[in-house]
Amino acid sequence: MRKILIIGATSAIAEAAARIFATRGDALFLIARNAEHLRAVVADLNIRGAARADSATLDVTDFAAHDAVIEKAERDLGGIDIALIAHGTLSDQAQCEQSVDVMRREFDINALSTLALLTALANRMEARRSGTLAVISSVAGDRGRQSNYVYGAAKAAVSTFLGGLRQRMAKSGVSVLTIKPGFVDTPMTAAIANKGALWAQPDRVAAGIVQAIDRRRNIVYLPWFWRWIMLVIRHIPEPLFKRLKL
Amino acid sequence: MPPASGASWGRFPRATQQIIPLHWRDAALPEASGTLLAYGNGRSYGDSCLNDGGTLLHTRGLNRFIGFDPVTGILRCEAGVLFSEILDFAVPRGWFLPVVPGTRYITVGGAIANDVHGKNHHRAGTFGEHVACFELLRSDGSRVVCSREANAGLFAATVGGLGLTGVVTWAEFALKRVPGAQMATETLRFGGLTEFFALSAQSEADHEYTVAWIDCSASGRSFGRGLFIRANHSTTNGTLAPPRRLRMPFTPPLSLINRASLRAFNAAYFHGSRQGHAISHYEPYFFPLDAIADWNRIYGPRGFLQYQCVVAPENADAAVAELLQRIAASGSGSFLAVLKVFSDRPAAGILSFPRAGTTLALDFPNRGAPTLALLEQLDDIVVAADGAVYPAKDARLKGARFRRYFPQWEQMLPHVDPRFSSGFWRRVMET
Repeated sequence: MRKILIIGATSAIAEAAARIFATRGDALFLIARNAEHLRAVVADLNIRGAARADSATLDVTDFAAHDAVIEKAERDLGGIDIALIAHGTLSDQAQCEQSVDVMRREFDINALSTLALLTALANRMEARRSGTLAVISSVAGDRGRQSNYVYGAAKAAVSTFLGGLRQRMAKSGVSVLTIKPGFVDTPMTAAIANKGALWAQPDRVAAGIVQAIDRRRNIVYLPWFWRWIMLVIRHIPEPLFKRLKL
Repeated sequence: MPPASGASWGRFPRATQQIIPLHWRDAALPEASGTLLAYGNGRSYGDSCLNDGGTLLHTRGLNRFIGFDPVTGILRCEAGVLFSEILDFAVPRGWFLPVVPGTRYITVGGAIANDVHGKNHHRAGTFGEHVACFELLRSDGSRVVCSREANAGLFAATVGGLGLTGVVTWAEFALKRVPGAQMATETLRFGGLTEFFALSAQSEADHEYTVAWIDCSASGRSFGRGLFIRANHSTTNGTLAPPRRLRMPFTPPLSLINRASLRAFNAAYFHGSRQGHAISHYEPYFFPLDAIADWNRIYGPRGFLQYQCVVAPENADAAVAELLQRIAASGSGSFLAVLKVFSDRPAAGILSFPRAGTTLALDFPNRGAPTLALLEQLDDIVVAADGAVYPAKDARLKGARFRRYFPQWEQMLPHVDPRFSSGFWRRVMET
């Protein structure tokens, strides 16, 4: 039985991952904004076989509240073996272009709150010299594109931060996993109409996350083919790239 | 979001509708244009799960367990949970669904809306008979918990009610104890319909599950031949693994089911099947076609129509013979033709399909007008035999026939939610 903290636990990908953990008999502590949704997810996980499932509410942009919630999770679980950070919003790029406030808020949610939570969790795991930090970044962070560069920049900050953190934590035996999903059919992306062949279901992405955690991987693209798509996209020369519609 | 074109399991007809996924059972119904209809996993064959020009509320995001009592087996779960997910959870704990149809990829909400039946109808009746209660979310925003005691009218209208009464958000029903994942099966050949009815009558007392496969392309001396398969949950300890899943990787340009392939398939199946006793995992026993994902593609881009009817017991022998003769003469029909005797239990819902008599189900590749004409001819036989056609499988039934098959249809009307509709419902109400 492992002790697992999930932040953003009512997101579709996190919930699907939590079910896999619960079926294996792990102990779970879930954090999300909506208490009603948390109750529904916790009840489901307890039935599926979780050693225990508890929860607390948190608005991740309330930075001052982070420490107390992590403290509670650690106390309730009796230590944290795995922390999965999965919260996020799909920023409205057009709004971000018109309003600095909206842009900053998107950055708070998708970048700064994650970096703050990671700082607190990493220090605890470093002191205990064990643990796994798994964080959902995005393929959108691999290169800025006009369609969503605020979201992309936030995810780039997360991915770069994780790269550095991984080096630092390697000395303490703490593993750091950067998860880069492509298009996933979830409530976060419900507004996107034409979901083509590149779209994946949250169950499949969640299974990939759990496998990557088990194997102590560093960076994982989900599904796998995004590694090659992003390799190509990253290598398009800027003079050409700036003319593309991507 | 712009409307999207889609089809159901039969891939006929197509419909263009707005799609809105539901994720939380406590959320209000979303703002939407036109009429509404809950859509689970799309395993209905025709247009009872389609809503051309309106909105489909996808319920697969409502897939949480809410409560499970490991002593009584009572499960409460959200309406988008699949039967496959319940079985994955329940079988290792020694429980099984009280009724399962021929596929496990249906949602609980769909099982209620179509009041599905299975190979144990003679013992257990329909799924709806095992549902204790459910919550119905109506377009006026109200939430009604329905059972046989409270809101019994809405309960009876929703069980088998084709989604017309609102969205089922959760349901509660009892699982049943089983010794394990294994089935003890027995396969027997029969040479004609008289033999089938005799086997069926003999088998019901000692076998929880009975069903027959019938060769719908056989004629002359082979007419009415088939395989009778009866089974019980096995007490054998063992862990037979479920078979690997295959996938039909593409849609062929033409239906692969035609007169020649059908005769060959059926003859090979009749002569090649092993008779006698066997132990099998429950998946291939109950859900043989689930082993091939997207098997519906085999009928090509025009799709297929399934025809499932029931004929009254007093005419059953002659009516089934007449149906089979008509089908054999047409050269159409399917590999998987299924025959089963229903018991005479009272129906759980106003529009429930199962009733006393014998049910026959088979698929027809969609060849357009000739196929529709054949199904009309079959309807003539079913009407004369005091029978009915199953709306969950239907894409072409005319209103007059529907009202004949379901003479109590007017009892539905006060319970139908004014914002809810479907392609099937408009067709049978307006034609």
